[in-house]
Amino acid sequence: MAVIGGGVVGCAILRELSRYRLRLVLLEKEAEVGFGTSKSNSGIIHAGHHGAAGTLKGRLEWEGNQMWDQLAAELGFGFRRCGELTVALRPEDLPVLQQLKEQGEARGVPGLAFWDKETIRREEPNLHPAIEVALYAPTSGVVNPYEACFTLAQNAAMNGAELLLEHEVVSITKVEDRDVDGNGDTGNGPLFVIRARRQGGEGEAERVRVREVVARYVVNAAGTAVAQVAAMAGAALPPIIWRKGEEYLLDKRLVGIVKRTIFPCPTPTSKGILVIPTCDGTIMVGPTAHETRHSDDRATTFDGFSEVFAFVQKLVPAISPRDCIAQFAGLRTVAEGEDFIIETAPIGRFVQVAGIQSPGLTAAPAIARMVASLLEDEGLRLTEKDDFRPTLPPPVRFGQLSPEEQAALAAAHPEYRCIVCRCENVTEGEIVAAIKAGARTLDGLKFRTRAGMGRCQGGFCTTRCMELLSRELGIPMTAITKRGGGSWIVTGRPVPVGDQGAEGEMSSANHMRM
Amino acid sequence: MQTTCACDVAVVGGGPAGLAAALGAKEGGAARVVLFDREKEAGGILWQCIHAGFGLHHFKEELTGPEYAQRFLDQARAAGVEIMTETFVLGIDADRRVRTLSPAHGMQVWECKAVVLAMGARERTRPAIHTPGTRPAGVMTAGLAQKLVNIMGFLPGRRAVILGSGDIGLIMARRLTLEGVEVEGVYEIMPHPGGLNRNIVQCLHDYDIPLHLSTTVSWVHGRDRVEGVTVTPVDSRLQPVPGAKGRFISCDTLLLAVGLIPENELSLQTGLALDPATGGPVVSSTMETTVPGIYACGNVLHIHDLVDYVTEEAMVAGWYAAGAVDGRRPDTIRLVRGPGIASCVPHTLSNRVEREQVIYLRVRQPMENCRLHFGEVFERRLRYAFPAETVRVTIKPEVLAEFPDGDLTVYLSE
Ligand SMILES: Cc1cc2nc3c(=O)[nH]c(=O)nc-3n(C[C@H](O)[C@H](O)[C@H](O)COP(=O)(O)OP(=O)(O)OC[C@H]3O[C@@H](n4cnc5c(N)ncnc54)[C@H](O)[C@@H]3O)c2cc1C
Repeated sequence: MAVIGGGVVGCAILRELSRYRLRLVLLEKEAEVGFGTSKSNSGIIHAGHHGAAGTLKGRLEWEGNQMWDQLAAELGFGFRRCGELTVALRPEDLPVLQQLKEQGEARGVPGLAFWDKETIRREEPNLHPAIEVALYAPTSGVVNPYEACFTLAQNAAMNGAELLLEHEVVSITKVEDRDVDGNGDTGNGPLFVIRARRQGGEGEAERVRVREVVARYVVNAAGTAVAQVAAMAGAALPPIIWRKGEEYLLDKRLVGIVKRTIFPCPTPTSKGILVIPTCDGTIMVGPTAHETRHSDDRATTFDGFSEVFAFVQKLVPAISPRDCIAQFAGLRTVAEGEDFIIETAPIGRFVQVAGIQSPGLTAAPAIARMVASLLEDEGLRLTEKDDFRPTLPPPVRFGQLSPEEQAALAAAHPEYRCIVCRCENVTEGEIVAAIKAGARTLDGLKFRTRAGMGRCQGGFCTTRCMELLSRELGIPMTAITKRGGGSWIVTGRPVPVGDQGAEGEMSSANHMRM
Repeated sequence: MQTTCACDVAVVGGGPAGLAAALGAKEGGAARVVLFDREKEAGGILWQCIHAGFGLHHFKEELTGPEYAQRFLDQARAAGVEIMTETFVLGIDADRRVRTLSPAHGMQVWECKAVVLAMGARERTRPAIHTPGTRPAGVMTAGLAQKLVNIMGFLPGRRAVILGSGDIGLIMARRLTLEGVEVEGVYEIMPHPGGLNRNIVQCLHDYDIPLHLSTTVSWVHGRDRVEGVTVTPVDSRLQPVPGAKGRFISCDTLLLAVGLIPENELSLQTGLALDPATGGPVVSSTMETTVPGIYACGNVLHIHDLVDYVTEEAMVAGWYAAGAVDGRRPDTIRLVRGPGIASCVPHTLSNRVEREQVIYLRVRQPMENCRLHFGEVFERRLRYAFPAETVRVTIKPEVLAEFPDGDLTVYLSE
């Protein structure tokens, strides 16, 4: 059983399937899971009332929403139900709010309520004074999306799934049964031969290797590349487009300026530009929603920046462009018709998960269940393991402990006495634990521990994180990357003529591509 | 689980400011002076500044950064300063309790008679200047590149563009060139350079590295690693000139030298007041912040261009922190920034002291043959004034005595 694509959808599927007695493998082209759209989004667990009645999106948003508490408790990633407010900025917005409320209630979403001016002022005093009506949805939450991906994959691996990272699927061939298991049993129908190109790895940035994986069942959860992967297998999909969203993170100074996620009224293609109290507390504003022709277009733009801050002033006037400390962009994969496509391709045993735009993060756990049952319909036997372990030990977050707790931890464990990231007070112990849990890159460390996410943006901790990655993984500094592939950080000094082949890191730097 | 210790003066940060403040505190008569630094060795940013140009004022000779640091380390040790390295200060409160974490001692709480803040500054980063484009590896601050090259022995890339003409950027343009990295050019958004004139000459002109003023990087290209940047001329509002076509430059590295920000996150825990003009604490003529017993000096107070001035200012801070002279003494004159003045430290003065007072100013625009006024009482002629260079003014006690109590406006005129 192979899953192609380790975004939140692929990771949730992998983890769901790891409950059963299956030989599971995940193929992901990036250096770590979640490095596609799944780490570049708003991190909102939508309340359940956004998707229109009768859509798959709408149904899975609400089903998924209800699964996050248990997942967070089991896997220890950041999640809290902070609630959300959809505000009316114009009189025409009122019927839209009314419709949102009705479609939510029809689905069973509890607690939806209109707030008047007084309630808004009392609960969210920093909203624009012109805002007089809002729809409150208590079921909405925020999650650390990258932590969710990392821990889903880590937990699946703990339960026997194999993670093949930096493995880009390049071809899929359906063949008649071969005796894969070597036991003479060929009576199980056709097989997929998946060829994956492996890039990077220690000291081999230039070398490319191809690896073959044979699977009876395949899930295509390749996100922005879903159509490409479908084509490899000869499985068709309706036209796919990409819609880019730029997001801007604000300085800690603004923590608490809103308590709930603030939405304007939605348009047909977007939920609009929001003010989000992220799971870590920092405020984020965005995203934009503009179609792009490149499945790799993650650039932030001057126009996007201006658009976001101009709009946000209508929601929370105190937010200014000067507060921006970081920015990123992500791509929504949108299928014709705007709904999710989750179905078995006519070639059989090949389940496609396509067009997973927002609320794909919210829906991911529900998508995973749906995919499991589609696979079951195709003949996959789902026998539960007796020894499935659903939980991960909670990670230490030194910077978030009280002084007393910090003192106790430092007294008991020397690895928590050395601060690696000065802005977020991340200790060496946390960095080492993250590497043990699978971090391979600077971004992997950053998104697991917050090292490098603060004000100085890694000015202080980059070299320290590199040294720890080098020490723990036994790789030279020149092999360390920001996020895999060709994203190297340093190269060696040129080797003097006549000194070629000198020992040590300097010469091993020669493989770095220039 | 945590131990409690006591000292007379605690110095937070062991760069040139911290070392001089600790020395100053010893000279001022403090018995137990403890200096905390998070690195393996005190000396701060000086260790990676392996170029010469330090100490011309203080030692009357030209030293490298490490040489300058070593002299102060030796003096501080000889004077009996306790230097606690690999010690990270987690918190400081208004009652002068300093909470530290170190491999050797775990968590400790220090009760101090006085605290001197000397945490230095951090570099402004890419998000702070909103450079659009992709986010590949290879965009880094000049200071980080300096550490990679000078301390760790690696190169940040093979062909670099430098954005910003701050001193670290200029120094790195030369350093990278000497290391065999091709430096395509230095681009500065302002119409005037951000660094010292001597660095423009010695680091750029001497190596034929072009400096492009009123130009910025308008796009970063590349998925995994920087593949190039687009540079575009800007107008007087610092926005890309409408219709101007950018120029693509192929490179694998973009270094940022776009300014320093005083590192005051710890300071703010004490509740002290910051001056928006400097980004550092508001201080009196004794370098005392608005929280009694807490002093500040060096780049945490305001961004300096010369280490010698850091030393001078820090010695004063340490000396008063020791409480040797008149301890806390309210100043009677408040300095107000008038036309042409970008910042001014300290923020208040006393007209009842027997020593000269040093004032550090920054001007807004480059000017020639101008006059600097302190109210109508005192004026100084300046042949040149550049925003990038500190104007240092000393005022003698007899002049200070003539200053009236109350607000005193500092301004520039033709
Ligand atoms: C700006 C923005 C904001 C959003 N906000 C929200 C929100 O607040 N709430 C919400 O619920 N949803 C939100 N979404 C939507 C949500 O992020 C996505 O629906 C979700 O992340 C999709 O996950 P995925 O696993 O399908 O895709 P991805 O995360 O892109 O995963 C696909 C993976 O497949 C890999 N891959 C591709 N091709 C191959 C190949 N050939 N071989 C191997 N691996 C391959 C990729 O590297 C990638 O890791 C937002 C989206 C954007 C862009």
